[in-house]
Amino acid sequence: MSASSSTLSQTTAPERPPRTLWGDAWRRFRRDKLALFGAATLIIIVLACVVGPLVYTASHRQIDFSRAQIPPSWAHPFGTNDLGQDVLARVLRGGRVSLSVGITSMLVAITVGTLIGAISGFYGGWLDVALMRFTDLFLSLPQLPVLLMVIFLFRETLRRLAGPETGIFLLMVLVIGSLNWMSVARLVRASFLSVREMDFVLAAQAIGAPAHRLIWIHIFPNVLSPVIVAATLSVGTAIITESTLSFLGLGFPPDTPTWGRLLFDARDYLEQAPHMAFFPGLMIFLTVLSINFVGDGLRDALDPQMRLR
Amino acid sequence: MSLKRLKMQLVRLGLLLIPLFMVGGLLVHHWVPAQAQADDTLRLLYWQAPTLLNPHLSTGTKDFEASRLVYEPLASFDAEGEMVPFLAAEIPSIENGGVAEDLSAVTWKLKSGVTWADGEPFTAEDVVFTYEYISNPEVGAITSEYYADIASVEALDPSTVKVTFKEPTVAWFVPFVGTNGMIIPKHVFETYNGPNSREAPANLAPIGTGPYITEDVKPGDVIVYVANENFREEGKPFFKRVELKGGGDATSAARAVLQTGDADYAWNTQVEAAVLAQLEAAGIGRVVAKPGPNMERIVINFSDPNVEKDGQRSHKDVPHPFLTDLNVRKALSLAMDRQTIADQIYGVAGTPTNDYVLSPENIRANAPWEFNLEEAAKLLDEAGWVDSNNNGIRDKDGVEMRMVFQTSVNPVRQKTQEIIKQDLGKIGIDLELRSIDASIFFDSEPNNPDNLGHFYADLQMYTTGNDNPDPTGYMRRYLCEEIAQKENNWANANDSRYCNPTYDAMFAELVRMMDPEERDEQVKKMNNFLTVEDVAVIPLIDRTSPAAAANSLDGIDLTPWDLEPWNIKDWTRKS
Amino acid sequence: MTRYLINRLLISIPTLLAISVVVFAILALAPGDPMAEFATNPAITAEVRENIRRSLGLDQPIYIRYVKWLWAFVRGDMGFSFNSRSPVVNLILQRLPTTLWVVGTAYLLAALLAVPLGVISALKRYTFFDQVVTTLAFVGFSLPTFFTGILFIIIFSVQLRWFPFIYNSTLRVTNWATFMAQVRQSIMPVMVLVLFQAAVLMRFVRASMLEQMNRDYVRTARAKGLRNFVVVNRHILRNALIPVVTLVALDIPTVFTGALVTEQIFRVPGIGALLVDSIYRGDTPVVMAITFIYAILIVIFNLVADILYGILDPRVQYTR
Repeated sequence: MSASSSTLSQTTAPERPPRTLWGDAWRRFRRDKLALFGAATLIIIVLACVVGPLVYTASHRQIDFSRAQIPPSWAHPFGTNDLGQDVLARVLRGGRVSLSVGITSMLVAITVGTLIGAISGFYGGWLDVALMRFTDLFLSLPQLPVLLMVIFLFRETLRRLAGPETGIFLLMVLVIGSLNWMSVARLVRASFLSVREMDFVLAAQAIGAPAHRLIWIHIFPNVLSPVIVAATLSVGTAIITESTLSFLGLGFPPDTPTWGRLLFDARDYLEQAPHMAFFPGLMIFLTVLSINFVGDGLRDALDPQMRLR
Repeated sequence: MSLKRLKMQLVRLGLLLIPLFMVGGLLVHHWVPAQAQADDTLRLLYWQAPTLLNPHLSTGTKDFEASRLVYEPLASFDAEGEMVPFLAAEIPSIENGGVAEDLSAVTWKLKSGVTWADGEPFTAEDVVFTYEYISNPEVGAITSEYYADIASVEALDPSTVKVTFKEPTVAWFVPFVGTNGMIIPKHVFETYNGPNSREAPANLAPIGTGPYITEDVKPGDVIVYVANENFREEGKPFFKRVELKGGGDATSAARAVLQTGDADYAWNTQVEAAVLAQLEAAGIGRVVAKPGPNMERIVINFSDPNVEKDGQRSHKDVPHPFLTDLNVRKALSLAMDRQTIADQIYGVAGTPTNDYVLSPENIRANAPWEFNLEEAAKLLDEAGWVDSNNNGIRDKDGVEMRMVFQTSVNPVRQKTQEIIKQDLGKIGIDLELRSIDASIFFDSEPNNPDNLGHFYADLQMYTTGNDNPDPTGYMRRYLCEEIAQKENNWANANDSRYCNPTYDAMFAELVRMMDPEERDEQVKKMNNFLTVEDVAVIPLIDRTSPAAAANSLDGIDLTPWDLEPWNIKDWTRKS
Repeated sequence: MTRYLINRLLISIPTLLAISVVVFAILALAPGDPMAEFATNPAITAEVRENIRRSLGLDQPIYIRYVKWLWAFVRGDMGFSFNSRSPVVNLILQRLPTTLWVVGTAYLLAALLAVPLGVISALKRYTFFDQVVTTLAFVGFSLPTFFTGILFIIIFSVQLRWFPFIYNSTLRVTNWATFMAQVRQSIMPVMVLVLFQAAVLMRFVRASMLEQMNRDYVRTARAKGLRNFVVVNRHILRNALIPVVTLVALDIPTVFTGALVTEQIFRVPGIGALLVDSIYRGDTPVVMAITFIYAILIVIFNLVADILYGILDPRVQYTR
């Protein structure tokens, strides 16, 4: 998003780009080395997971006990696991699942949170009270236990409806997402409350702009920055949550590689074959790290207060 | 950043670390190695924590195990299948008049002078009460099925009890024997023989006749036992104190015994072979295998899981398109790489087998088996199953050899599935693997289509076996009348829908036989019929339950027919 | 103020009721039952199962069970556990001290560590120190706790043999030696939790500090010529720590539910381990009791956080 807006600003005004929100943000973001490093790492990881399995064609399921637990070598850059399966192939495959869980559940959380926050903050009144009670209700649920319980109890139903992998994926994404939207809703609501009273909104209202236009065109862009930051952070949380669920035996089916599952499977082989744990662990670490760097960078870049520096 | 500032930062970081190291040093200084702990304390580690100390209300094997230190049955079976008396004075037999000639009743003589841990005498009344308690539906005893064949239990005198059966039975040794036979005290449980059974304080503070009494019980965490001063055998048990810690996972339990010495004995260390071998290499502990009747098998569906009839799939009257072909079944059995599965996945916990009945040893047939993909392919070719449309999968008359292979979620089972899928793929049979959560797969709900009774798949894999040395009940599983169908809520044991009059006839003969040796031969004959001649079932692995024990521990003697601490009074520590 | 409190408490009652309905419904609608382990056992027939269900009171309709449960809970009776058949209160009380000790210590240490580190790294933004601390924090929350736990066991128990990895709950602290034993066996679980908690908290403190540092009042203070120390201490810190204090207050109830994963790994018999076991074994009364107590604590500490906010930030007025 930021990349495209920067090229846009360059073509329209080559000499001195106008100071737009996104242009400014991109310029500040560019100066933040950690954030740039994060963005680059993230892009590499995502690309590797999306394109990787097409380029690196070793099978991720082929069992061969004659080559079990081999340390990294040219034939198997990340080594092999206890069944002789290629760890690199599994890490790449696993990345697809882990990243999609992270990103999709983030989207669920952000969508629900923004919707509830926006409606609550914009309309106020009894609707606000009701929605905020609803938010409180979700906040008072113990997160991990409820997550455990719902997944433990309903995965078989969903598996039957949508197949073993899709079913658990849907369930996991929905549950992680629907337990993480509350802070977003509160952030959005708070921002809406303050922005709603500002002159430009009142002006737009005065010339008769309809509610949805007010919400999405006038107010929403102003609350975007906290939402973006919350979004980046929740991707990391979701990846960790998925791995914890794998540890408790409630994640994807055992033969579906995810980073969390790979790390979990490697736990008994830490002494004999540390590479089995190292690579998936490194991937989780790098992903979460770079997501957080990007999130930090975005916050600094988008925060109007920071512009003064 | 200048070099000088970097140095400053490092110094500051160092300052932060110094107190950390000081604290660490202090702690290490006070470290007492685990081995230095008292020698007369036995530390048991169960990765499933016991929550209840009443065997008849158990919620899992763990509860039976923990209860066994306190309670005793009348008798039990050792690893050779020989009966060993506990509370009985002698083993009843037809010769000594204990067992009625017509096998309709058994009379037990009880040891005299035995007292409960609280000093009350143990009498025949306690045995009678135990029966009343177990068979009371309001109690909800988990063991009640083992007592279902009993007509009456009566105390002839304080040290004699007579058990009369509804029908003559060769399995007169099921009630009050072994795992399910622990006797509970009448004077403690008398007022809790009803719907209030779960409110009995003794469920967590048991009074038994065994070598130990509980000192501290924390359900789901730890149970501390101390020696029962009223125990009848002088000088036993050796260990004055037993700490049974629960929780965690199997691998770290094995680690605590084999590698760090934090515990003396770990129960059921079902850990992958490679890991266990590596832990054992530390040299302070060993893996002891508990032999058992449990066999991991592939069950074949003789009915078609894809055709619906009378509101159910896998109907016994709709034969399977190719699994009813003996050559196909033989080919499947030949394509099972039992050795690799055993070596690579089970390790000490399993050996390859082709026997339906594994224990006791004297009725084991040791049926032959081999892994031979060429031979399997040849059999399929001969039977007319060839790849006529060149899609890599064999077919005949438009039917493709595709199968759904289901089992419960369990890493060991999933890996086995993968190996089998690969091998069958090589001979042109395509498998779709399904893994179902254990609580769903093994449940018995009539409206759950995913359990093993419904068997809406072509093959399925699980473990079971005979639960006492008499395999008659276990042999019933393949009778025509035992077929699991909608009519019996899929509760019958023949999930395979196998029906062969030859086998039924052999079973009828077995039931009529009274001579032990003749019976043993018949069981072996039936065994080979099921696994070799007719391939009704494909046995894979003889599963043992491995336990980890410290090298200093002596006297462990595991038997398939009783719990692991059954002879804990004889456990000692080598100095 | 009092009216505000009463109002808030009254409002929370429907929320609590809703939570209890939700949790109860989830549990009641689930397939499977407390007898799962015996499922393969042919001796446990449908009839035996029915007897067991009846003895646990599971044969009644859901709504009747719910009303019964709720009425009993209001009177302080949390019922009997299906698994241990002992009162749920006893189980919770038995485990509460361990949880408070391990998880509570971890939380305290994490807060003590996170606040200064967060403050310093915000003040020294983009320096070497900041980057080291930030990276460590990221390591802290990008490694799942189950993994750090096992790593610690391998390093400190197996290789170095410093600490035992089986938590002994029968240990009674009577003298210096037993106290040290208690500390030693708690170190690893506590450290795993501290690593994670401190990381999260530290990031929050840092962000909160940064937010305040660019405010107008700070510039005013600096313009007045106040010394840096005074500006930081009197102005920035006071304002920056307000959200931190409330966050900590809101997190206290999670101490009660314990640490699910860490307790499992180190065999710490806390509430978290009890909860996981109970979920797996379908032990409804225990799960209900723990989640519901948690919800009540959340409501209470929400209130505490609000009041703290009012005390710390005089601008906040209690209305309604």
